[in-house]
Amino acid sequence: MFIIGLYVFVLALFLGVEVITKVPPTLHTPLMSGANAISGITIVGAISSATAAAVTGSSLLAFIAVVMATVNVVGGFLVTDRMLKMFAAPPKKNA
Amino acid sequence: MKEFLIHGSYLLGAALFVVGLKRMSRVRTAEKGNQIAAIGMLLAIVATLFAVDGLNWGIVIAGVVVGGAIGTVLAKKVEMTGMPELVALFNGLGGAGSMFVALSYYVGHRHQEGGVWASMASLPESMQKGLTLADGLGGTAAVSTILSLLVGGVTLTGSLVAFAKLSGKMKGAPILLPARHAINIGGIVGVLLLGMIACFVTTGGFSTAALILIVTLISLALGVLLVIPIGGADMPVVISLLNSYSGIAAAMTGFVLLGSSQGSLMLIVSGALVGAAGIILTGLMCKAMNRSLLHVLAGGFGDTGSSSTDNSEYTNIRSTSAEEVAMLLDGVPQVIIVPGYGLAVAQAQHAIAELDNLLTARGTTVKYAIHPVAGRMPGHMNVLLAEANVPYEKLVDMDEINPEFKNTSVAIVVGANDVVNPAAIKDPKSPIAGMPILNVFEAQSVIVIKRSLSAGYAGIKNELFEYPNTSMLFSDAKAAIQGISKELKDL
Repeated sequence: MFIIGLYVFVLALFLGVEVITKVPPTLHTPLMSGANAISGITIVGAISSATAAAVTGSSLLAFIAVVMATVNVVGGFLVTDRMLKMFAAPPKKNA
Repeated sequence: MKEFLIHGSYLLGAALFVVGLKRMSRVRTAEKGNQIAAIGMLLAIVATLFAVDGLNWGIVIAGVVVGGAIGTVLAKKVEMTGMPELVALFNGLGGAGSMFVALSYYVGHRHQEGGVWASMASLPESMQKGLTLADGLGGTAAVSTILSLLVGGVTLTGSLVAFAKLSGKMKGAPILLPARHAINIGGIVGVLLLGMIACFVTTGGFSTAALILIVTLISLALGVLLVIPIGGADMPVVISLLNSYSGIAAAMTGFVLLGSSQGSLMLIVSGALVGAAGIILTGLMCKAMNRSLLHVLAGGFGDTGSSSTDNSEYTNIRSTSAEEVAMLLDGVPQVIIVPGYGLAVAQAQHAIAELDNLLTARGTTVKYAIHPVAGRMPGHMNVLLAEANVPYEKLVDMDEINPEFKNTSVAIVVGANDVVNPAAIKDPKSPIAGMPILNVFEAQSVIVIKRSLSAGYAGIKNELFEYPNTSMLFSDAKAAIQGISKELKDL
């Protein structure tokens, strides 16, 4: 299982490198914000830790993890969207 | 069937992340790209809700509602000028999330009935202390836990320091501790050493719980120590790097959960994706600023973010007024506006848009010269001007606009300083030497709107202010621009 995890980790690293090319400076901040939102995937781990069978300490930590990850995800995508809406092509003026 | 759907969703989600990131690199598709990535995240979350056996719905719903509310309020309420620090904050929370998941996993297994630790409880004291983290969690999960705590912890506190520096709660000046490199390296080595001991060595006396606690605390301290020596102007690069770290932390958490959670591979893939993309983006930002990443991380660059030494040495400063500027602008063919952080601070973006419209109505071509690092972050000026509905075609990149300055009658510099400082290209010993600048001095006339002669981030004198074709308009940007607009209307 570890081997599979390793394969996937390394390949995904390469993928990440290849995907980001020639980003215009205007998009550096929104892209960083978007990538940050994606890093909120840790919410999957947080939810996975929130099992009914879990011990109180573990549940408390899982709850905190869920809250933090959710702020990251929701806030991240919303703030990125807000930044990107600013780049929306203005209504075409006939001039 | 259920397994197939769950993993299919994760796979699709990961694919959507890749597509989303790619689309976010181009202006035309950026907004959709973000939405695509968000859908990927939704798929992943829903899949997880179905995948977890015996899910504690109370915790999940409560956590998501609370987190969602906080995230939404922050994202909607914070002003554009607060974007960089908000991204830092969110990033820190993400890193913290990974850290807490790892801790939760450990605590859960520690007290698990029928678990490895519990089975040791019946043994004599001397034998109990022989249990290592690897015995309890498995080798992979054990090592990954330590790494997750290290990277997650550094990301959390590092991001909080970045947040503090950018929001002004902490001074931008670098805080340099004696022997800081030794301390930092020592910290990292210490964490790894203690971590490996906790994982593999029979500690005979020192419980793994204590070691894990120490590892966590050192990691949190490291985050602070690594970021405080870096000046406020370099924070964007730091945040980008921390963004990458939070991806790695998520991937490490994936390794912790490998075998025990169906979402583990999703965590590993997505985390690695963001981790790598983040590093590349950091490199791009450094190139735009002409700063080497190593220099940034070593810290100690002399920027203070507040006024500094050299302002007593200016001679031959011409001061002007709104009336004079308006007369200067009357009927000229082309004007280039150079926005800087001062525009954001004064919240003068709407005022400048109004002036722009006035000039354009009078037949003047108006363009905006956007330096890659004008403002607090790359893209800062673009976002600010877009908020004032300035059409984005008017915003021109540095390389494209530089040749135009010599054909421009008037260049108006609003709250920008270092990015128009000729010392960067004329003085090899200057702290900003080598940084590409906007060749504003080539314009026929230059108007600099600034509150005073105080220095910018680099803390150095700007010769541009003394040039014969430059006039200074000492005023708050918003008041100045509104004044010019008013005078222009009266002409």
